[in-house]
Amino acid sequence: MNKRWLELSVGLMMVAGLAALVALALQVSGGNMSRNAEHYAISALFENAAGLGPKAKVTMAGVIVGEVVAVGIDPHTLMAEVHMKINSQVNYISIDSSASILTAGLLGEKYIGLTVGAEDDVLVAGDVIEDTQSALVLEELISQFLLNVGDNK
Amino acid sequence: MINLIADLGAGLLTRLVQIGQALLMLLQAIFVQPKASSLPRLMQQLFVVGVQSLIIMLVSALFIGMVLGLQGYTLLSAYGSEQAVGQMVALTLVRELSPVVAALLFAGRAGSALTAEIGLMKATEQLASLEMFGIDPLHRIVAPRFWAGMISLPLLVAIFSLVGIYGGHLVAVDWLGVYSGSYWGNMQQAVDFNEDVLNGMIKALVFAFLISWIALYQGYSCVPTSQGISAATTRTVVYSSLAILGFDFILTALMFGGAV
Repeated sequence: MNKRWLELSVGLMMVAGLAALVALALQVSGGNMSRNAEHYAISALFENAAGLGPKAKVTMAGVIVGEVVAVGIDPHTLMAEVHMKINSQVNYISIDSSASILTAGLLGEKYIGLTVGAEDDVLVAGDVIEDTQSALVLEELISQFLLNVGDNK
Repeated sequence: MINLIADLGAGLLTRLVQIGQALLMLLQAIFVQPKASSLPRLMQQLFVVGVQSLIIMLVSALFIGMVLGLQGYTLLSAYGSEQAVGQMVALTLVRELSPVVAALLFAGRAGSALTAEIGLMKATEQLASLEMFGIDPLHRIVAPRFWAGMISLPLLVAIFSLVGIYGGHLVAVDWLGVYSGSYWGNMQQAVDFNEDVLNGMIKALVFAFLISWIALYQGYSCVPTSQGISAATTRTVVYSSLAILGFDFILTALMFGGAV
């Protein structure tokens, strides 16, 4: 009897532990797994990629379709070259699409928004988006504003 | 002067010998042919090491989760973003606090008991008499205790995280009025199962290994007197705690440090 109780309590602990792990997977992480799903790589050249880093989201119409892999300088154009990986299910981004660096909220994180163009040809792995809009740098905006105010006098 | 350097060298050599002995003991204990007859002994140890640590884990997890919920709420509501409290509680617990606090409690609750038990067995020459019967005490005594630690701590950490998150929910949602949907929603967006939960589990496994190893070696190699046992028990808790905190930094640096 005593031995049975011991086995029962050990069994209950193990069930509780595994159940807690399952609950952590479902309830806490919402089934979010960084799956190594199929991706294809594209890149984009920005004049200014301030604040953008690896793992930043890439969105299309507000939906996350991929993430930034790396940000570097393109040695030929001296522009910021942003490498991204896009979910392979999203294989209908036309080649004249544009990419812009957006900010979530006023002080939030930077992410890339893709605006799809009209062409029938689509972006494939290794393509570069040329039509880009750079990150909004608050200091530049303020100095521009001050300059304008000075001119109007 | 030369004596001083010689002492230093002797100290280093003794330490190295101890580490080597501990490693040998561990290797002999781990690579045991599992037998059906050893299952009841593992059960017994799982009960002592795991089930009996459950209450202290549950209570501390609940309080830690509640404190995190309270602190997170006060801090975040100053910026008007108290919805993020769920995310803060969950990430803090899953990544850091659950493995570390559960392991520290485990070292105090189970590790010290293991050392004292084995030390007393040695002092009363039970280990020696086992050897007389031709039974290897490493297989009979050390192995089931080691595996019991390795199995139970990760399970306890999972329970710890979950209870802590519900403790945070209790304070933030039920008492302070954060909307329940944003508590869970923000958390689910921020927590990644592989990166956060599984890395926490890896930490738990590493800590379980360290605690069981230290506790068993200290017991096995203690001076078989009452002072010797008490000193060994103290060493178990001190060494385990230091090892947990040190390895936690290394593991965190490896897992989360290289992001930028």
